[in-house]
This record gives sequence, C-alpha cells and structure tokens, in this order.
Amino acid sequence: MTATSLEQPRTRPFAWCRHSLVLARRSLAKTARNPGPIINGIITPALFLVLFLYLFGGSVAGSTAEYVQYLFPGILVMGAGLAGMVSTGTAINLDLKNGVTDRFRSLPISRVAPLLGSVLADLVRYLIAVAVLFALGALLGFRAAGGFGAALAAAGLAIAFGFCLSWVTVFVGVLVRSAEVVLAIGFISFLPLQLGTSLAAPVETLPGWLRTWAEINPVSHAMDACRALLDGTPVGDSVTTTLIWCAILFVVFCPLAVRAYSRQQ
Amino acid sequence: MSEHGFETEGLAKSFGKVTALDGVSVAVPRGQVHGLLGPNGAGKTTVIRILATLLRPDSGRASVAGFDVVRQPGRVRGRIAWSGQHTSVDEELTGLANLVMIGRLLDLPRPRARLRAGELLARFGLEEAAGRPVAGYSGGMRRRLDLAASMVGHPEVVFLDEPSVGLDPGKRDELWQLIRGLRADGVTVLLTTQYLEEADALADAVTVIDHGRVIASGTPAELKRQVGGHTIVVRVDDPADTGTAAAVLADVADRTPERSSRHELVVPVAGAEDFFEITARLREHRVAVSELSLRLPSLDEVFLALTGAPGTTANDPHEPTKAA
Repeated sequence: MTATSLEQPRTRPFAWCRHSLVLARRSLAKTARNPGPIINGIITPALFLVLFLYLFGGSVAGSTAEYVQYLFPGILVMGAGLAGMVSTGTAINLDLKNGVTDRFRSLPISRVAPLLGSVLADLVRYLIAVAVLFALGALLGFRAAGGFGAALAAAGLAIAFGFCLSWVTVFVGVLVRSAEVVLAIGFISFLPLQLGTSLAAPVETLPGWLRTWAEINPVSHAMDACRALLDGTPVGDSVTTTLIWCAILFVVFCPLAVRAYSRQQ
Repeated sequence: MSEHGFETEGLAKSFGKVTALDGVSVAVPRGQVHGLLGPNGAGKTTVIRILATLLRPDSGRASVAGFDVVRQPGRVRGRIAWSGQHTSVDEELTGLANLVMIGRLLDLPRPRARLRAGELLARFGLEEAAGRPVAGYSGGMRRRLDLAASMVGHPEVVFLDEPSVGLDPGKRDELWQLIRGLRADGVTVLLTTQYLEEADALADAVTVIDHGRVIASGTPAELKRQVGGHTIVVRVDDPADTGTAAAVLADVADRTPERSSRHELVVPVAGAEDFFEITARLREHRVAVSELSLRLPSLDEVFLALTGAPGTTANDPHEPTKAA
C-alpha cells in the first residue's frame, strides 16, 4: 500500500467547481432518464396558458389574440418558478433520504458540491422550460412587440427570479424529511404565490384583499416586469423591484439552505 | 503510517436524550476484517458513521489510517469508502455511469475513470449489466455495484454497514467472497452485522456492543469459547425422562440445562464432541428422544452468555441511527 490512496493528487485548484459540474451532469442525466418532473413543470403553465386564454380571453380582453399578449409573460414567470420548485428541492430531499448524499459526504469533495451541482443543472432545466413555453406562446399567437433583445431580457429575468425563488424550496427540501411533504408544500404555496398575482388580470381589477396580496407578492412584480419588457412598454420600477426581490430571496435563503445542508449530521 | 486501520477511544454520542454510544473503544490493525456485532439499536451504525466522518462524536477520539476523523476529515475521506444499509447508487444511471461519476469526483481523468469502472464491473460480475440503468438491477446486483462504487478510489479502509441485509443466502456467499477479496488486497474492513455466523465467516476479530457499550471483544473463536459455542436442544418423548436427560446434559456440559418446555431442554456446549457424548449417554440411559439438535448460538444466546440478560434483538427503542 502506498501513502497516497488516490491516483491523482487532491491539491488541484477549483475542486469544488469541478465536482459541482460533475454532479450537475449527474442531475441532468437523471432528468434525461426520468423527465417526469420537468415535463410536469412545463405542462402546468402550458395548461394554464391554454385554459385561461380560451376561457377568459374573450371576456377579459375582447379576443384571445389580445389576451395572449397579456397572459403569456405571467405564464413565463410561472414556468420558471415551477421549474425551480420541482427539481432541486425534491431531488436533494430524495438524495438525503436514500443515502446518496452520505456517499458523497464520505468522498473527499466539497460538502456543498452536490447542492451546487443540482442548482447548476436547474439552470439548464429553466432554459428548456422557457424555450418550450416561448414556442407554445408563439404557436398561440404571442408576439414579442419589444423585440428580440427585450424577449431575451424577459426570459433572463424570469429565470433569475425562478432561480432565487427556488432557494426557498431547496431550504425546505433539506429541512423536511419526506419528499411528499416537500411536494405538498410546493403545491399549497402554488395557488397564492403564482395565481394570486397579476397573471390573469391587472391587480387593479382584483377585489380588495386579493389586490393587497397581489401587490405585495413578488411574483406579481416579476410578471409585470416581464410583461412590460416583452410588450416594449415602459417598465417603470417593476424590473428594479423584481431584482431587489431576487436579491432578498437569494441572500436570505441560499445561506440558510447551504448551512442546513452542510450541517445535516 | 499508523499500524492501525482505524481506532476509537471512549467514543460517545447522544441524539437528544437518547444515548447511542457510551464510551466505545475499538482498535483494528491494518489489513484485518473486523466485525461489529450487536442487536438493532446497539450503536453499530453510529460507530461506523463517526468513522466515515458522517457524524461527529460528542466526546472521545476516532482515527482512520492515522488521521483524526474530526480534525482531519478530508484526509480520512481520501482513504476510506463507506457503504450504507441502503444501496446508494443512482437508479436512473447505468452501472457504468455510476462508477465513472465516482471516479470523476475522485479527480480521475475521464479515460482513467472509465478504465477503473470497467475493471470494477468485471471484478464484481456486472460486465453484462454495465450499460443498463440500475433501476432494472436485482438486489444482489445493486449491492455489488454499491460495493464497486466504494472501491473506485482504492480505499485503505472500507466501512460496510450491514452489507448482507436483504440478500438471499447465495448472494450473501457471493458478498462474503468479495469481502475476503478486499482483505486479500490488504484493505482494512469494518462491517456491522446482527449475525454471529457472518462475523464468524469473515472477521479476524469481533467487537460486540449493546446499548452503546462494548460488552465483549476478541476473535470469533475466543468469543465462542466465552459463549459456549454450540447449543444442544433435546426433546424427550416422555416427560418422565426429563430428569434423567437433564442429569446427562448437566454432567457433560458442566452447566445446568434450561427447561424451555415440558419436553424440551436446552444447554450450551463446547462443541461437537459434547454432542456425541450426550447422544451416547442418552442411549445408554434409554431416553427416547423426538428431537436432538446441535445449534450454533443465536445472537440472543450470545447476549445471554455475555451479559446474563436476554439480548434485545427486536424493537429496541435505542435506535436513533436510522433517522440520522
């Protein structure tokens, strides 16, 4: 037996970065083999898009062609939010439960590499969700009046917001013992979080209590910001408010999740 | 280089109010297979998780390959492999992909990782299944893949937590062969088990723990001498003969037999010689028996002999380790 047990010295730089990438690949390979969760995360907003568009399009906006311009940006934000909620939170929870995380922890790698890897893979999943939704939107007649650059900015903003919001789910996923509970919490929070917003109609048209909530709800701001960007109308302070919310969610929940994750012992 | 594969001294750990370990000291020389024996909830998993740097002890000291598990966990992780009670391989990935991933995490360049994965798949008899997702593997194949995953980094010390759980006898023999193979390669192995038979088949030495304390240690042969090795069960045809039979058993075994029912007597004996002696004497005394058997000691009997109290083999409340 030799003094070095590994075939490579372990002093190579950026080990945590490399290991996170290896684990991001793992996460994506798992999604490729078992695409159920991500398909779920795309079908839900797609269903809301089609349902709301044809049910309410006529009465809310006069025609579906008008309404899709209003509805689609909100659906985009919902899609990015769901893509984040369904992946890392539940995956991390499962890994913790069935001992995979313990195996990783017994390896000479950074303790947070599995968490970072999964979140990195989420970014790819967001891109897929957003791309599919844009394709569906175009099919239903949505046109980005603000132009290509603005559409990219809207997609980027939706993804950034979904990413920051996902840290809440990651935190819950690390704390809660069962994947079912994580899913249940996600499902219950979906209604007020995603639907109690300006998604289907401007907040001014909502009844008092709902309006108050929708005006506070950060998801509303993200939807308004994306709508303004895609329409090419003045964004006002919606983009700034969204970015501030992103920062708050990230700064609060990312450290909480990482701490809870590395302390799991 | 430390002469010990691993070593613990006065290891203690509590989960809330439950004391899992209450001063466990074990030292195992390099290259040996060591069995950690005990009933559910005895603290076996807690010991193994502390050694594998997955859990911090409340007090006491533990070192692996000469490195302290609390102060130098990185050094320890570079030299160990851990395999838990549940196989921790990815269902969705192929056997090959699982092993290549571990290799990549151990900083092997991709070609080296593939090479190493191929070697291990061949050694663990998984070549044909290499390209299939693990979801389609049998329990035995998963266990072998899990073990192969542990071996990717050429570990010096391997921790196996109840490796034979859920395997049928044939698969268990296969696993035992693999563990003997590790020993032949000079790897130090710590395995936990509830079965004396398993420890007997594999281990150079055994530590028995119960309620977080070491209650016995030594080679399996030493332990058996302490326990009395085998047990003889005699079931007489006629309850009137019980007295005669008991006298014969007491005489040969040098212990008072226990009367487990109206017809049945049980006594620990030193070995097969006693069995033949008892058979002959029972015949001499014309005691008609309906059942006469020589049994290996069960874990319950080990505890009976070691502690003077029946072992708590089932539904022990002191089992916080599963949740940890």
